[in-house]
Amino acid sequence: MIDRIVGARRGIEGNGHLADDANLIIDSGQLRTRASAWDAVQAARNIKRPHTLDVITRVFDRFQELHGDRGFRDDPAIVGGIAELQGRPVVIVGEQKGASTEENIQRNFGMPHPEGYRKAIRLYRLAEKFHLPVITLVDTPGAYPGPEGEERGQAEAIAKAIFTMTRLATPIIVVILGEGGSGGALALAIGDVVLALENAIYSVISPEGSAAILWRSPTEAERAANAMRLAGPDLLDLGVVDALIPEPAGGAHTDHEETAKAIKIALVAQLAKLERAATSDLLSARYERFRGFGTLAEPGAAAAPPAAEPWWRKFPLMRRRP
Amino acid sequence: MPFGRKPKEFPDHLWTKCPTCGEMLFNKQLVRNLNVCSKCEHHFRLGARPRIEQLVDKGSFVEQDSSLVSGDPLRFVDSKPYPERIAAAQAKSGEKDAAIAGTAAIGGNPVELVVMDFEFMGGSMGSVVGEKITRAAERALAERRALVIVSASGGARMQEGTIALMQMGKIVSALARLDEAGIPYVSVITDPTTGGVLASYASLGDLIVAEPGALIRFSGERVTSGTVGEKLPVGFGRSEFLLEKGFLDQIVSRAQLKERIAFFLGSFRAASQDVRWGL
Ligand SMILES: [Zn+2]
Repeated sequence: MIDRIVGARRGIEGNGHLADDANLIIDSGQLRTRASAWDAVQAARNIKRPHTLDVITRVFDRFQELHGDRGFRDDPAIVGGIAELQGRPVVIVGEQKGASTEENIQRNFGMPHPEGYRKAIRLYRLAEKFHLPVITLVDTPGAYPGPEGEERGQAEAIAKAIFTMTRLATPIIVVILGEGGSGGALALAIGDVVLALENAIYSVISPEGSAAILWRSPTEAERAANAMRLAGPDLLDLGVVDALIPEPAGGAHTDHEETAKAIKIALVAQLAKLERAATSDLLSARYERFRGFGTLAEPGAAAAPPAAEPWWRKFPLMRRRP
Repeated sequence: MPFGRKPKEFPDHLWTKCPTCGEMLFNKQLVRNLNVCSKCEHHFRLGARPRIEQLVDKGSFVEQDSSLVSGDPLRFVDSKPYPERIAAAQAKSGEKDAAIAGTAAIGGNPVELVVMDFEFMGGSMGSVVGEKITRAAERALAERRALVIVSASGGARMQEGTIALMQMGKIVSALARLDEAGIPYVSVITDPTTGGVLASYASLGDLIVAEPGALIRFSGERVTSGTVGEKLPVGFGRSEFLLEKGFLDQIVSRAQLKERIAFFLGSFRAASQDVRWGL
């Protein structure tokens, strides 16, 4: 009955350029233990988990924060700026949660307003103009859903951020640090390589939101979390993330230094590869990366044309190990 | 006949009460009037098939990708398995999923047209909607035709999880290529359009028009008022509010929609000296 499956799982072939990075988990089979979805939700939301600025200060040097969207205000839920990754200047954009209640109120619990996404867009463009790679750090329960956000065009701001990233003529590496909350995360998560910390989560709606709508009871969040396959290993299986960055044994919140070290190794290795690729190759591979998502059957359709050669195949170094 | 208890002489299968002005509308009359109240212009929702009928030049619509059906990437089960939900929606609607795509002409302008149907699982966007729109945008690019998308959707389809979320990235990637090629994209927003559909393609038209009174919000009513815990003013997040806030080019009544789209596309074509598209 099913004659053709279009872009089911990208799988290890799509991760080919990551295969020689021994520090990364590129197949969920590599994991000795697989945390339950609900444990991952708790870990991803742990207030002691390293947040964007914790990571920036440990991974990068000479960080200079850049403020404001040039239109309305500076959104504290998104931080961005220029820094150096092992001497290489890069632009960083990340969603910022707080490590205490007071800080969370100031950061709006990491839920950006439209002006936050417009600041992100401004920094993406800045990076493109001066040929700086972009590194984004995703950590949000979601975009702020309140009336001020609606009034100032929350949906438009997110849509434009996604739009800008799809054609941005510079390498983009995405790291999901904690919570990847739906469209509010995706506005920072279109990239050439999408990585996630081992216990990060990424979902189309929060488990509580999903439980309220589909199970008509917010207490079913744990069940919803399982069904949604939002934890790192699931994301890897679905091809939504390309690789997981391993966390220290007790979880990222137990050791910010170790976590940052693992992130840094991954970023340096990925950037070294992406910088060798021609921009046109990067953009077509970025297109194909997202073009491939979807689980479909098309009875009676002709076979899919073969996919274009991915850019990383041009470099012997990046060939998959036998 | 406003506000009273419904008298026996107005059975549901023959009559519909207008929620805005209370007028009892004869169903056959209502359908003839494109589901718009003849007294107060209240716009009832319109299914995808009658919408296509209304918008395109007679006989010009050629449906594309009509056999696409969704898989079940998460093997998702809530109170019932996702494939059963799809099967039920298919049986009820006679459609395969929440969008219908095709090639057509609007006032003589060749277009790729995608129309969403809210009746099919709340117009939710999963793999099929994502693939149909992306293919339509890719055809528009290859054939240098304009793209018109009529949105009506509660957002991304929860049962497909992050794969539904990724459809936003997929569709927008294709729209960005269209933009670079200088090919027009007109986004038509109808009641209701919320969530991930509004936060991606519906908000990215070269021109964005909406029907009167349509609910257009990033967060659904429940999310916005539930999370923030305050009562929202009447008309908040409706078309008129978005026009005032600067997020729509126009509000266009259903009766004017075809002519207006044709005018816009015609203007763009006439002004394209190098005729980069539309021939
Ligand atoms: Zn009326």
